[in-house]
Amino acid sequence: MRLSDASAVGDATVALDRGLLTRGDRVQLLRLMEMMRAAEERGLALYKQGKVPGSFYDGRGEEAISVGAAFALGPRDRLCILHRDLGAHFVRGVTPDRYLANYMGRAGGVTGGKDGNMHFGDRALGCVGMVSMLPDMAPVANGIALAFKMRGEPRVALTFFGEGSTANGQWHEAMNFAGIHRLPVVFVLENNRFAYSTPNQLEFAVDPVERASGYGFPGVGVDGNDVEAVFTATAAAAERAREGGGPTLIGCETMRMHGHGAHDDMSYVPAALREEWERRDPIDGYAARLVAELGFEESEVSDVRAEVRSYVAECAERALASPPPEPEVAGEGVFAERWQPLGDGAAPWSRWAETGADGARRAA
Amino acid sequence: MAELTYLEAISDALRTEMRRDDSVFCLGEDIGAFGGAFKVTAGLAEEFGADRVLDAPLAENAIIGAATGAAIEGMRPVCEMQFADFVACGFDQLVNVAAKLHYRQGVAVPMVVRLPSGGGFSGGPFHSQNPEAWFLQAPGLKVLAPATAADAKGLLASAIRDPNPVCFLEHKGLYRHVRGEVPEGEYTVPIGKARVAREGAELTVVAYGSAVHLALAAAEQLGEEIEVLDLRSLCPLDREAILASARKTGKVLIAHEATRACGAGAEVAALIGEEAFEDLDAPIRRLTAPDVPIPFSPPLEQAVLPQLEQMKEACRELLAY
Repeated sequence: MRLSDASAVGDATVALDRGLLTRGDRVQLLRLMEMMRAAEERGLALYKQGKVPGSFYDGRGEEAISVGAAFALGPRDRLCILHRDLGAHFVRGVTPDRYLANYMGRAGGVTGGKDGNMHFGDRALGCVGMVSMLPDMAPVANGIALAFKMRGEPRVALTFFGEGSTANGQWHEAMNFAGIHRLPVVFVLENNRFAYSTPNQLEFAVDPVERASGYGFPGVGVDGNDVEAVFTATAAAAERAREGGGPTLIGCETMRMHGHGAHDDMSYVPAALREEWERRDPIDGYAARLVAELGFEESEVSDVRAEVRSYVAECAERALASPPPEPEVAGEGVFAERWQPLGDGAAPWSRWAETGADGARRAA
Repeated sequence: MAELTYLEAISDALRTEMRRDDSVFCLGEDIGAFGGAFKVTAGLAEEFGADRVLDAPLAENAIIGAATGAAIEGMRPVCEMQFADFVACGFDQLVNVAAKLHYRQGVAVPMVVRLPSGGGFSGGPFHSQNPEAWFLQAPGLKVLAPATAADAKGLLASAIRDPNPVCFLEHKGLYRHVRGEVPEGEYTVPIGKARVAREGAELTVVAYGSAVHLALAAAEQLGEEIEVLDLRSLCPLDREAILASARKTGKVLIAHEATRACGAGAEVAALIGEEAFEDLDAPIRRLTAPDVPIPFSPPLEQAVLPQLEQMKEACRELLAY
């Protein structure tokens, strides 16, 4: 772990490093990453079959980030999830059938056909869906965190963005605002090396993780293909935020292993770079580590992966059976009749079972 | 009842709603101890504390984005754009995030964006605009433009209580020049209801904001049977009130300070043309700013902003048609 301000997050990280993941947690991490991989592969197949209008976007190779980060959050925390982060939706409790139905524009999709691809968030699970403009959800996550801070609630807002987003002025506005007000917010930066086709060296002169210190809060660099590293950094950042320590930027180094969308052949990516990151696959790597270092049997790991793939296949059938929306739905819901609170999401990390939904206290 | 200026009525609405509901807070540039560029929030930080009258950095997307997030979580933020013109810097958050969240995901965003708008004081092209039509093309936003002190208070209170993002256009020229009786304490005016500001049988002037006062002055000076319909709300639009008045008088002049093409007045004209064509005795006319930026120099600005003499002339022409 690389820290630009180690003293600020050091204590929390040390405390959280002491085996906070149970065996069951590790099964969940593997299962959720595999679920994301399998669901996106299924979605891509549906796209190629002509069943997905528009294009198709996935986060292949980045599964450890969304799963690891979201896994650290409690049920009452809130997330703004981006387009390479399907795993975070699954952590919160969205099922693959609703994801696939959303891609196909079906009534059973999370948005019921109102919005497509990854532009969704299940309000009932404490999530606010992204818009295409980036990083627009960062100022929104700030506002959610501001509400928590104003009410004195030990809760955290988390949002993701890619390194491409850090070039936009709103990124500066969001980081600055979060720093000024020491908001309980966690920014998870996925540096997947390309903004569509634009490589890092044309995106920024100074690494965004280093820039965090300029806003008055720590930037923490982690291996984005190591789910436990992402989890640990996020847990520490969330703990720090909950205790009034303010924001953290977690920079996850990774690689987008597919094109920007299914229409993009990635011809601009050097073959050697792809091959290097292929060898660092986050799911295969974690599966191997579970067996080699963490006491799992090979059969256990392969059973978990097989089971979730068959579950995703069942979900795909349910998605295909979902009807298209009724055309009159297009005219509904422009205005709200009343405000209703977001619901709480699933929080599968064993810590939350131990401490309850309001568990602001450290489980260790 | 108390006699308040339009500006004092807005302050009164903020104070009253903040007393009534702990979740209401203000967010904007220089609004705290300084009290805002126009002093609308003067005294609020003293009463409610700096945490509820939050001074923001010069970053409109951060302001509107933070308000959106806080609103999602159950707060009732009231953002102040220092001048309505600067909403352009926060436009993305407003039209792409806040406006569409309920439609896309069922997430309500109860927030208000206060927009000190309008010209007449040599503010030039960046401190004088009337940007209301920008919002009318962004479904999901409500758009209000009060003309009187009582409506300024009552509509702002309603906007704060509304579960949607509301753009609240407060004309700077009315801040200290318009005063009137304003109910004390909690007071709301329903959103989406126009007001007959003056009754008449021969001609309807449909107006909002500063143009209402121009229309009333013209009607008084002409001494004719002119009805003045104050829209108050541009979205939702009070279609029934517009059509009822158009059918009653058969002659309609639409007036606003904002520029002409695709302005709110064009929508009103289209509505009347579609729904009440056969009740008309004359072509629908518009009195608006021409499609130019608001220039700085007084003679140039006066050449652009609708003037009383133009209002009287337009009324006379239609009455004589």
